[in-house]
Amino acid sequence: MTAEPLVHVVGLRKAFATQVVLDDVALDVRAGEAVALLGPNGAGKTTLLRILATLARPTRGTARVAGHDCVREAERVRAHVALVGHGTWVYDDLTALENLKFWATLGGHAADAATLQAALAAVELERVAGARVRTFSLGMKRRLALARLALARPRALLLDEPFAALDQSAGKWLQARLAAFKAAGVAVLLTTHSFGRGLGIADRVAILAGGRVVLDTPAAALTADDLRRLYALHVDEA
Amino acid sequence: MTVPTRVLGWLATLGLAAGLVVAFGVAPREVTQGNVQRIMYVHVPAVWVAYLAFTVVFAASVAHLWTRSPAADRVAAASTEVGVVFLGINIVTGSIWGKPTWGTWWTWDARLTSVTVVFLMYLGYLMLRRMTDDPERGARYAAVLGTLAAPSIYLVHTSVYWWRTLHQPPSLLKAGSATMPAVFWMAILVNFAALGLLAAYFVLRRMDLLRREQEALA
Amino acid sequence: MSYARRAWIVLWKDLVTERRSREALNALLFFSLLLLFVFQFALGDRERLLAVLPGLLWLGFVLSGLVGLGRAFLAERENDCWEGLVLAPGDKSAIYLGKLAGNLLLMLVVEAMLIALFTVFFGVELGGALGPLAVVLALGTLGFAAVGTLFAAMTSQVRARELLFPVLLLPVQVPVLLGAVKATEAVLAGEPLAGVAHWLKLLAAADVVYVTVGVLTFEVLLEP
Repeated sequence: MTAEPLVHVVGLRKAFATQVVLDDVALDVRAGEAVALLGPNGAGKTTLLRILATLARPTRGTARVAGHDCVREAERVRAHVALVGHGTWVYDDLTALENLKFWATLGGHAADAATLQAALAAVELERVAGARVRTFSLGMKRRLALARLALARPRALLLDEPFAALDQSAGKWLQARLAAFKAAGVAVLLTTHSFGRGLGIADRVAILAGGRVVLDTPAAALTADDLRRLYALHVDEA
Repeated sequence: MTVPTRVLGWLATLGLAAGLVVAFGVAPREVTQGNVQRIMYVHVPAVWVAYLAFTVVFAASVAHLWTRSPAADRVAAASTEVGVVFLGINIVTGSIWGKPTWGTWWTWDARLTSVTVVFLMYLGYLMLRRMTDDPERGARYAAVLGTLAAPSIYLVHTSVYWWRTLHQPPSLLKAGSATMPAVFWMAILVNFAALGLLAAYFVLRRMDLLRREQEALA
Repeated sequence: MSYARRAWIVLWKDLVTERRSREALNALLFFSLLLLFVFQFALGDRERLLAVLPGLLWLGFVLSGLVGLGRAFLAERENDCWEGLVLAPGDKSAIYLGKLAGNLLLMLVVEAMLIALFTVFFGVELGGALGPLAVVLALGTLGFAAVGTLFAAMTSQVRARELLFPVLLLPVQVPVLLGAVKATEAVLAGEPLAGVAHWLKLLAAADVVYVTVGVLTFEVLLEP
């Protein structure tokens, strides 16, 4: 029997007062694997990530990370999961280094100057370590967010539309970083609603539509055209 | 509506009838103030019932913080609403009672003032519940407020009482002293029982309504 | 100890942010100056002003406090930093204490400024009252900041937060306000603190209650 995947979702349902966003979602991500989750806006991709990051509670169903339940063992899950959402968790008036120092200390991680500088160097921000984040571009803020994450050494990495608003070189850079995370055995789940760069590092592709995962297949098995066709099919149906 | 709730409703109705009879028929007309003094038979029990409700709110709030039980949250929500209503009755009857006695609708009397501050406090609680979009979060936040509000009641009454009485003559509005004749106390207690039953009935009905609202959403 | 480190880093962040941007301090200094003029125009007569000085002082403190505390978690609303606090491991009450310390410092600085402005503009003589006044200020401001920090966190995530914050805060602050004004009256009249010991005890009791509830329940506010 194979061990439970690092990220394990089954029968997940999330209903708000006015609508049902997730109906019966099942998805697995294994260590060292990257899954790209496609879906139109409002499909529930962000909701799914937030539930896995313990930022939201499901109405029904199971969401587990690293063997811990996201609802009942939220504290344990938080130690293992990292979320890169639309917000970047940066304080505009602090410098890059100070931001890292704050989050590292709050998270109970090592926050000595050497470790922080190394983290900044890994995302190529070491030259602006002492600059206020207010002056950073969105791409730079996202890189800082990744530096913060790397300090936390997550076992599962959740990214919400990480390639949106990134230019070509920044996108390539992010792909390389994610590949490095994969190589280190991290489970990567990223969402996207475009067919572009997110699929480059994906081992599997899934489509979320109508509150369910309607397609879940190895990326190698599909050509880009196949994917587009299937996407149009499922999304129109839903 | 369950059978116990229905029974409670009937008992409350009987109690109110008994209370009216006692307040107007049995209790004698007060010498100095006249018939307006009979308002006391609603005024005093109302605040007792309200504060009893707020004690329940405190217990339910702590219970909710401890167990996250939706039932505890419903108890807190319903009890606050009922408590606020009865406290409002107390304030209005206090004002009405005071008009012929003092000549004004309002006086910064210690009791009236502190009760009004408490009223405002729990009104804020209801506002908080209304303005939180996520019901589960609203329940949690309200529970925090409900926990803080209870000791605050004590602090408010103490501080306002000291503020009013340490350099000022005591209030003229004596709701009742220990030397009040027994029949007056009896009338108050009968009405307290009646209003208490009524409050309990309202709380149970409200809780039922809240439960059905929540179930409809799930 | 990790708890103390985390409380300290929250305080450190707020101090660094404030030192860099000086937003709150400048605005509150300006606000205090304006308040002074508003009091002058509203009350006119110096005799009248001095007669109600203790109340005016605390009115000024409460108004500045509402403005200052109301924005206690403003920085967290930007860039989703609130999420970061929610996902922080360990006992979240450390964050509460760090925030409380920062808010307390800010309020005390503003209060000192306001008192200084009062002495300059209204010719108030404080003299020996300064020491006892500091005691009253400390006790009263702690009560205000303790509840204010808790409610600021609470209202930062709800609708109409600018309205709800003062509506929730003011009734609960009545005991603190009464105690602080009464004690300040005595202090400014040159009476010894012992004369208002009961008020000081009330303030201290309120402080203990508020900080305890804050420490015990802050975590609940920081859940998703």
